[in-house]
Amino acid sequence: MIIAILSGKGGTGKTFVSVNLVAATENAVYLDCDVEEPNGRLFLKPQQLVSAPVTVLLPTIDRDKCNGCRQCVEFCRFNALAFVRDNPMIFAEICHSCGGCALVCPEQAISEIPREVGKVEKGVSGGVHIVTGILNVGEPSAVPVIKQVLNGNQPEKPLTVVDCPPGSSCSVIESVSQADYCLLVAEPTAFGLHNLKMVRHLVQLLQKPCGIIINKADGEYPPLEQFCAETNTPILLRIPYDKHIAERTAAGEIIVREDHLMKEVFLGLLGRIENEAKR
Amino acid sequence: MKITIPVENNQETVCFSFGRSPYFLIHDTESNTNEFKANPAVNAEGGAGIKAAQFVLDTGAEALITMRCGQNAADVFKAAGMKIYKAISANAQENLKALSEGKLEELASFHAGFHGRA
Ligand code: SF4
Ligand code: SF4
Repeated sequence: MIIAILSGKGGTGKTFVSVNLVAATENAVYLDCDVEEPNGRLFLKPQQLVSAPVTVLLPTIDRDKCNGCRQCVEFCRFNALAFVRDNPMIFAEICHSCGGCALVCPEQAISEIPREVGKVEKGVSGGVHIVTGILNVGEPSAVPVIKQVLNGNQPEKPLTVVDCPPGSSCSVIESVSQADYCLLVAEPTAFGLHNLKMVRHLVQLLQKPCGIIINKADGEYPPLEQFCAETNTPILLRIPYDKHIAERTAAGEIIVREDHLMKEVFLGLLGRIENEAKR
Repeated sequence: MKITIPVENNQETVCFSFGRSPYFLIHDTESNTNEFKANPAVNAEGGAGIKAAQFVLDTGAEALITMRCGQNAADVFKAAGMKIYKAISANAQENLKALSEGKLEELASFHAGFHGRA
């Protein structure tokens, strides 16, 4: 079973939920698709690390062969090419690596060379297999790195948890693509609710079953309860603020590995998700 | 020399956006004539600034007067040796006058693209 963990914004406790869920079973795969800030590894501390680069193909133009026909520039529907002073000019961050310009060039002046945009790190921690996607700073698209994380020949485990990027961008859609169930982590605040609504809407468009965890759930926030009721979204767990848990988490520890009660809480959550997913 | 300015649909007001402006005013200083051309990048899905910059270059313009300009478009213009001036008025003709009087400064800062984090 593949569970995607999402949140409307950063800092809601998405990674806290993800790492505790995999650590509670001690027999799972953890995929970190929050590639701009992959924090799961700080808690799981994977060993036996193996790293592989993620590359995309970038066209390069041989000026000597180019006859200036501009067919490449006209072909590129992303407008990643311009024609300036008798030469095509490429904008790497706009290019989608479709390969089309190289195909249409009548002079074979365009060849594609790999450009590194990030890397994927694999390791283990107890019974958890960890795959971390890391996007190079300044790269505009996280999708190639996320694809490599998701398709990296993971070992067979009964549970796979995908720690998704915050928000509702196309990198989130990519991360959720293979999930059986989406778990939304929300905070009971007005700002948290607004972002949650956007993610909830996205998950609905993708036709994935979903449920909500309310983190830092001290006291009720009626608009959030109302939203869950109206949209028929089950609240699977409420985690009240706890000073001890907060401190252990801030110290980089995984609470279920040291607190038996919390382990039961997360295993219970997993049971509820399995039931919900079957419905 | 040809000078271009992104303008709104009324063909008078300087458009706040370069890449997404509906029209470009192309002023020819020799013949003292104005021409208006529709911007083909107005609905481009991505890379609008690059496409608009290409279009402006291909009109033969050698200078641009604009409120703002994205980094990618600026890179195209830089490579082409085009001058970019900062508009000081919302009225296109007033900017042309100011340029002819040497009152316009070159645009120094460019904004990042809106193509966003994919
Ligand atoms: S590879 Fe595709 S997106 Fe990139 S420049 Fe060529 S045509 Fe454009
Ligand atoms: S299609 Fe090939 S020959 Fe034509 S402008 Fe592009 S690179 Fe040059």
